[in-house]
Amino acid sequence: MLPDFLLRGWLAGMALAAVAGPLGCFVVWRRMAYFGDTLAHGALLGVTLGLVTGIDLMPAVAVTSALIALLVVVMQRQRTLATDTLLGILAHSGIAIGLVLLGLVGAVRVDLLGYLFGDVLAVRWQDVAVAVIGGALVLAVLRHYWPELLFATLHDEMARAEGTPTTRLRLVLMLLVALVIAAAMKIVGILLITSMLIIPPAAARQLSATPEAMAVIAAGLGGLAVTLGLTLSWHADTPAGASIVVMALAIFVVAQVIGPLVARRLGC
Amino acid sequence: MSRLLVEVAGVSVRLGDHQALEQVDLALHEREIVSLIGPNGAGKSTLVKLVLGILEPDTGRVTRAPGLRFAYMPQRLAIDPTLPIDVDRLLDLPHRHSASEKREALERVGVTGLGRRPLQALSGGELQRVLLARALLRRPDLLVLDEPAAGIDYQGQAAFFGLIDSVRREQGCGILVVSHDLHLVMAATDRVVCLNRHICCSGTPEAVGDDPVYLELFGPRTGAALARYHHHHDHEHALSGEIAHPADCEHH
Repeated sequence: MLPDFLLRGWLAGMALAAVAGPLGCFVVWRRMAYFGDTLAHGALLGVTLGLVTGIDLMPAVAVTSALIALLVVVMQRQRTLATDTLLGILAHSGIAIGLVLLGLVGAVRVDLLGYLFGDVLAVRWQDVAVAVIGGALVLAVLRHYWPELLFATLHDEMARAEGTPTTRLRLVLMLLVALVIAAAMKIVGILLITSMLIIPPAAARQLSATPEAMAVIAAGLGGLAVTLGLTLSWHADTPAGASIVVMALAIFVVAQVIGPLVARRLGC
Repeated sequence: MSRLLVEVAGVSVRLGDHQALEQVDLALHEREIVSLIGPNGAGKSTLVKLVLGILEPDTGRVTRAPGLRFAYMPQRLAIDPTLPIDVDRLLDLPHRHSASEKREALERVGVTGLGRRPLQALSGGELQRVLLARALLRRPDLLVLDEPAAGIDYQGQAAFFGLIDSVRREQGCGILVVSHDLHLVMAATDRVVCLNRHICCSGTPEAVGDDPVYLELFGPRTGAALARYHHHHDHEHALSGEIAHPADCEHH
């Protein structure tokens, strides 16, 4: 019989994997990994704002990450800085401002490690509910925009020329990433969140012949990583978030090895 | 007279502190192939964006026939290697088509049986034809081709422009070809518009090719002269006065 806290952590983790897989495919295809990192680092600022104002942390982080995403879009339009420079500035100032704020309000003794590396024990039933319902909503939005997002990913100009609102789509994608980061914080932690968006899709690439297959397989492999990671954590008493990421990495390595064999059988 | 698809009238556009287009007029009709040529930075892509409605003019006016459907063929696709996508899936973007429609479209452009091939495994010429097939599946009223000859050998270019010409006859759409080189588009063009912020000259390919303004802009042999190009043709008109202007090449 599973202990209750483990069940909660597993359910929230599975919901996260189901969303992070398909969404992460776009992060990989569009080379937004560093962007995801920036939002994740900015999440620490959201944590601080949540602690200071007493707002629940998940919405506080979601709103902060979404605002940072908007800031990135606005500043990209100025074209005064290269995007990676811009992201580097935002990522680290987000963390620094968060830490300084924590010091100012005298809350330095807050356990930051839990936010940085995740704390599955802290997942409550209401967090599970938010992860499942929020995850379903994100998937619904993603599914709705899927063909247009794929079109814009292939060639932005071509999509725009034929009437696809590519700027709006980019914004939608960024906001979805912000939401997933907020939901993932407790499970894998701020520093490891992006790995759930990157590693399962990268592993799925070797096993997929279509974009849709890659999205579904990424979700499945993410779920496998969550299950294996929590199992490892339970038996070997290792940190849960890090265990999930290590398992994702192991899956990625296996996929690299068996991927070419699968490809040969598919005949491509 | 065939149907007017898009009319650009007296349009000027500033991008930042750069005057991208100045008092440009352009009319595109169905069943007509118009080539838009000009050196780098001449405002070709700005003008195309105006035609497609992606950009609004600062002054002047762009009118499009109601319900006009565009198709756009980019110069190349830089597809991330992590995106698993084959030709058939590309043809389904942005809207799905039946398997037989896709097969026919590929046959039509001369790349039969490529449907299951990953996009990353196509040669430059194959990709170009696949992109044309995708554009044709949209049944466009106006087809825009961006530098369609880039990266294709000479024979491939000739065959491709032959294909464009027959597509125009079959589908009756208007075609706008953007190129930096008149010689590439000459074979399959009804009208050439030579752009360098404003419209320098326009007319049949032969007329534009002989036009002193064109020769000033591109030199008798396109290529080497482009790098050293300075735009002062307003003074050159008088100097080259003994070269008669072709009758159907109007100046602005």
